[in-house]
Amino acid sequence: MHQLLDEFKKVFDLPGLEDAHEIEDRIALTADSFVVKPIFFPGGDIGRLAVTGTINDLAMKGAIPRYLMITYIIEEGFPIDDLVKISESAQKIADEVGIKIVGGDTKVVEKGKGDGIYITTFGVGIIPDGISLSTDRIEPGDRIVINGPIGDHGVAIINAREGFGLATDLKSDCAPLSQLVQEMLKVGGVKFMRDPTRGGVATILNEVYQETGYGIIIVEEELPIRPEVRGACELLGIDPLYVANEGKVIAFTKGDPGDIIRVMRQNRYGGGSCCIGRVEEDLDGVYLKTRIGSLRPLIMLSADPLPRIC
Amino acid sequence: MSSTIIDRFRDPRLAQRILDRIKGYGVEIKLMEVCGTHTMAIGRFGLRKLLPPEIDLLSGPGCPVCVTPTSVIDSVLSLKGVRVATFGDLLRVPGRGGTLEMARGRGLDVRVVYSPFDALKMAREKETVFIGVGFETTAPGVAATIITAREEGIKNFSVLSAFKLIPPAIDALLASGKSRIEGFILPGHVSTIIGSRPYQFLPERYRIGGVIAGFEPVDILEAIRDLIDQKMSNRPRIKIGYRRSVRPEGNERAKELMNRVFTVEDSLWRGLGWIKRSGLTLRDEYAQFDASRRYQLLPPSIDDDPNCRCGDVLRGLIKPPSCPLFGRSCTPDHPIGPCMVSSEGSCAAYYHYE
Repeated sequence: MHQLLDEFKKVFDLPGLEDAHEIEDRIALTADSFVVKPIFFPGGDIGRLAVTGTINDLAMKGAIPRYLMITYIIEEGFPIDDLVKISESAQKIADEVGIKIVGGDTKVVEKGKGDGIYITTFGVGIIPDGISLSTDRIEPGDRIVINGPIGDHGVAIINAREGFGLATDLKSDCAPLSQLVQEMLKVGGVKFMRDPTRGGVATILNEVYQETGYGIIIVEEELPIRPEVRGACELLGIDPLYVANEGKVIAFTKGDPGDIIRVMRQNRYGGGSCCIGRVEEDLDGVYLKTRIGSLRPLIMLSADPLPRIC
Repeated sequence: MSSTIIDRFRDPRLAQRILDRIKGYGVEIKLMEVCGTHTMAIGRFGLRKLLPPEIDLLSGPGCPVCVTPTSVIDSVLSLKGVRVATFGDLLRVPGRGGTLEMARGRGLDVRVVYSPFDALKMAREKETVFIGVGFETTAPGVAATIITAREEGIKNFSVLSAFKLIPPAIDALLASGKSRIEGFILPGHVSTIIGSRPYQFLPERYRIGGVIAGFEPVDILEAIRDLIDQKMSNRPRIKIGYRRSVRPEGNERAKELMNRVFTVEDSLWRGLGWIKRSGLTLRDEYAQFDASRRYQLLPPSIDDDPNCRCGDVLRGLIKPPSCPLFGRSCTPDHPIGPCMVSSEGSCAAYYHYE
C-alpha cells in the first residue's frame, strides 16, 4: 500500500498523504471508500462504517464534521431492502454526530462486476480556532493514549467473513469519535491524533516514528485487548497490534494524561481509555515492552498479515 | 483483562526465576528449535535478548512453507479451470511462474481456507484442489476430509499432498555429521499427534536430548533450562514439557486417520534435499483424491537462487543475517528464499524481531 502511495506522489502534487486535509479558513476535507466484506457484520454494516470512517478522518484533524456526500456503486441484483438498511444505519450515525448528508451519486454495474456494494464518501468539517494537531509537536516524554480495546473490528470481520465460527459475541468497535475528540481537545495537551484503522496500532506508531524520528515504547501489560481477540489472533498467528480498528483514536499528549483519560472515560466510546506508552528520546524504532521485560520491535508491515498453516 | 490459563505460562516472575537458573549454570550450549511456531514465539517474546550469550538458539526445518519445493507452487499454477484452496501462508510463496496471489490477480480461482473441510464444501460447487502443505499436525485433518469426501461420494475434490514428517528430517540433519546441535526444543503441536516416542532415536543413537515444549515464554525457557541440565548431567532423554497437550503415545485417533489415507515415501525438502521416508502420499485406495495423479502433475523439483542460503539456515549451520541476501534483496516484501516468505520462517522472524 505504501508503495502505491509513492507512485501517486510522483503523479499528483500532494501536500501530504493524510486522510483529511486542511484547506483555507480552517476547513477540513476528506474522501474515503469502503469495500468491506461481509456488508453486514457484527456491530455494523458498510453504511455505518462509511459514515463513521469519514467522521473519524475529519475528527483526527480536530475538525467538527459538518457535511457529507455519499456515493454508491451497486452490483446489479443487490437487494433493495439491504440498500435501505445500509442507508438507514448511515443516517443514524450522521444524526448522532450532527453531520448532514447533502448528496452523492449512485451507479449500477453489471452482475459479476462488483461485490454487492461499494461506498465512497466525501466529508467536510470545520476546525475550531486554536486547534493545531501535527506530528511536528511530538517530543520525547509525550504519552500515548487509546480509548479502548484493540483489534475488535478486524477480528469481528475476519470471523464473520471466513466463518470459522469462533463462538464469540465480539462486535466491531465501529463508532464515530468526533464528540470524544472534541472533549479531549477541550482538556488541552493533545498534540496529535490518528485512528488506527488498516494496519492497526503498530502501523500508526511506525508512521509517527518515521515522521518524528523519535522512538516509541508501548507496554504489553497496559494494552487493552479482549481475551477473545487475543485468543483468535493467537489461533490465526496474527498480531492484534496490526489488526484494524474502526472506533479507536490514538492520541499523543503532553505529560501526564490523567485528566484527558478521566474525561475520555465519561464518553460512551471512551470507557476503556488508558495510557499505553510514551515517546522516547534516544531510541530508534517502535518497541513493545513484553510482560517478561524484553523489548520486541514492532516493524512496519507492508502487506496484510496472512493466517498461518499450523 | 481477565486472566486465562495462558497467563501462568507468561508469568514474568516465573520466567525470571528460570532465566536466573539458566544464567547460574553458565554453560555454553547450542540448541535448535525445530518448529517455526517456536521461532516466532522466541522472537515475539524477545527471549533471545533475555538469554545469556552462551545459549545459542538455532532455527530448524519446522516451517511448512519453507521446506515445500517451489515446484509445488508451479504445479498449482499449471492447473486450469479448477478452484484452488490453500492455507493463507502459501499465497505469497514465489514459484517460477509467480505467486498464487499474482495468479489470483490474473484470474486463477484461489481461495484461502482455514480448514480443509471448507475446501471440501467448495468442491460441491466447483472442482477444487486443496494444497496439502504441513506436517503431522495438519495431515490428520486432511485425512479426515478425504475420508469424508469418499463417504459422501464427492468426486470434485482432490489434495495435492506435500505433507512432511518431522522426525526423519531431524534424523537427516544429524546424520549429515555437520551439525553441532546439543539439544532440541521439539515441536509441541506435531508431538500432540505423534507423541514423544518417535524421538527416542535422539538419545539412543546420537546421545542428544530433546524437550517437547509449549509456545509460551515459561514453556520455552524451562525447555532450555532442562536441556542444559541434561547436558551437564550427561543424561540425554526425551522429555514432555508440554504436558497440557502431549502424551507419550500421541493422539491414536489422529494417527490412525493419517495411516488410513496416507503412506510414507521419500520426500524432497526445499533447502535440505531428498530425505528418506519423510513425506506422505495418498494410498492407492484414495488415488481418485490425489491431485498429482488426477492432473498428472510433475514430480517435485527445486529451483532456488544459488545465493540463497535457506538450506544452511534450515540445517542450523548459519543464522539468517549471515546470508548475503538477507535484508538486502530478500525481505518479507520481496522474499527470495522460503525462510523469508512464511511468517514462521526463521529469516522472517529475524527480520521482524531481532
